[in-house]
Amino acid sequence: MNSSAVSLQEIVDCAVAEHQGKIGILMPVLHSLQEKLGFVPSEAVPMLARSLNLSRAEIQGVIGFYHDFRTRPAGEHVVQLCRAEACQAMGARELELHVKQRLGIDYGETTEDGRYTLEPVYCLGNCACAPSLRINDGIHARTSASRFDELIDGLDAQE
Amino acid sequence: MKIFVPRDATACALGADDVAESIREGARGRGIDIELVRNGSRGAFWLEPLVEVETESGRLAFGPVTPADVPGLFESGFPGPADHALTLGPVDGIDWLASQQRLTFYRAGWIDPVSLDGYCSMSGYKGLKRALEMSAQAIVDEVKESGLRGRGGAAFPTGIKWQTVLDTHADQKYIVCNADEGDSGTFADRLLMEADPYQLIEGMTIAGLAVGATEGFIYLRSEYPHSKWVLEKAIARASQAGWLGEDIQGSGKAFRIELRIGAGAYICGEETSLLDSLEGKRGLIRFKPPLPAIEGLLGKPTVVNNVLSLGAISTILAKGADYYRHFGTGRSRGTLTVQLSGNIRRGGLVELPFGATLRELVEGYGGGTASGRPARAIQVGGPLGAYLPESLWDVTLNYGALTDIGGMLGHGGVVVFDDTVDMAQQARFAMEFCAVESCGKCTPCRVGSVRGVEVIDRVIANQDRQFNLKVLDDLCETMDKGSLCAMGGLTPMPVRSALKHFPGDFGA
Repeated sequence: MNSSAVSLQEIVDCAVAEHQGKIGILMPVLHSLQEKLGFVPSEAVPMLARSLNLSRAEIQGVIGFYHDFRTRPAGEHVVQLCRAEACQAMGARELELHVKQRLGIDYGETTEDGRYTLEPVYCLGNCACAPSLRINDGIHARTSASRFDELIDGLDAQE
Repeated sequence: MKIFVPRDATACALGADDVAESIREGARGRGIDIELVRNGSRGAFWLEPLVEVETESGRLAFGPVTPADVPGLFESGFPGPADHALTLGPVDGIDWLASQQRLTFYRAGWIDPVSLDGYCSMSGYKGLKRALEMSAQAIVDEVKESGLRGRGGAAFPTGIKWQTVLDTHADQKYIVCNADEGDSGTFADRLLMEADPYQLIEGMTIAGLAVGATEGFIYLRSEYPHSKWVLEKAIARASQAGWLGEDIQGSGKAFRIELRIGAGAYICGEETSLLDSLEGKRGLIRFKPPLPAIEGLLGKPTVVNNVLSLGAISTILAKGADYYRHFGTGRSRGTLTVQLSGNIRRGGLVELPFGATLRELVEGYGGGTASGRPARAIQVGGPLGAYLPESLWDVTLNYGALTDIGGMLGHGGVVVFDDTVDMAQQARFAMEFCAVESCGKCTPCRVGSVRGVEVIDRVIANQDRQFNLKVLDDLCETMDKGSLCAMGGLTPMPVRSALKHFPGDFGA
């Protein structure tokens, strides 16, 4: 067993210990792992199975069911674009084309330089000031192609 | 001097954090002593960030304020009486807010949402205090008499659900708050959680007393990071102050609340799917019966209620069933919280007794479209609700009237589209959304939605038009009648309404 596997085991143990005693412990544990690592590595699945007394298939099934859980690392910044109706009514479809073009990727992809991951999201609850997008934990209202460019330029300038 | 800048997600998405920082700096630079309070939003999102200043004669409002406006505001006398274009006058005098009937959103915007003192100073915990003196059956009776129907969308009478849980014997029962507000065009739950979280906590505690449950869960969607922050703080503070825990205010009664975060699955807003998710599983729909009220979380009797339903409980207990009942019409009692969104000039939350028409809301409160172009279609009730053409906008917003015209009120979302909308694309999106978010348990929903996208594409492309329209109709019928839950069952509603009212958009 190499050293990174040992540390992953520690991270898994720690996440399980954090939520010990909770009902339906798997979901909070997966959230903790993803918060810590940015994704849920496939090597964590057998460790979780042993520790939670679940089958690997059950765990894989849960990871695969929810949009939030990633099995690969995301880019440095995660861009979530709202695709839902209220945003559509304010030009989200056009914004979507622009964002994909500017980043050069489609939904579910990460830019080659590892900077950005693009994901769809179905409603950020910001529908009165659409269209909305989320970059990491920040939500932005009344966005447009130029506003998106400003936000990305701002992030790139921080480099 | 107290200055208020909301911390609500929409206010922050419009720059409220930067506005707050600019105000702090501006005051410091001018040697003005201020106390900056991050309050909840009032739901007048078109005015956000809405800055308020406390004065002897009430609060003065300024909005919408951007960080760039702040120096100019100070120059014109802010936080004192300021002659500035953004001056709105007394906040009580803003007609958009003053003309509403706020019961559930009575405290929204007035207080720091995590301040227990603020909550208690505005009648907070009055309902629970009264409930602690009542028998479980008396609490359930009060809720039944209020006429409250579930605000999540299904509109099931809340008191009857509670009676079932009360009457079912078990060693453990649960209260689950459905805060997985996934419908596009809705944000009332979010606003309540971010403006007045103790109201939800109080309502859940009363529910626990009413049915004999000691454990509560709030299942919150992960798309609401601001709500998460507020709820975590509020639960911790309520526990510390003895409003939650083993011995609530010395009554000997116990109730605890745990916050759980979803993981981006729309279907988990369906109650049985939510319960499976809480149990740590894939969020699959369960067959009903058994009802969750009889076999819910971990097979135990469980109340699953929406945020707004539980919020209304504190008012009903504090002021009595009659008070709540006297608002509204027919079998729609109390107030309705409409959320105006999409292409609208003055978007936000409007709380009124049931009875206003859709047109009054969209044209009166909403002020027409944001784009200034004519409105063409309005989707009421979320992504599974009908698209209504102008000929139907005089419908009264209550449960029965919407059903009568082939729509539904749902969670009260109203999304306006202007005349640039392509209704065939909206119908296609309804099917596409269902394909993305279906839990996959039943075939009509899992396969029907994928086929639906394909068939709509063929109709738009004018391939075998009559035949494909018939196929689409059959498919909608199968999904409607054959799906296990509302996701597959109601996806045909936006599709059929778009076809019926806007046939010209579908090729030909």
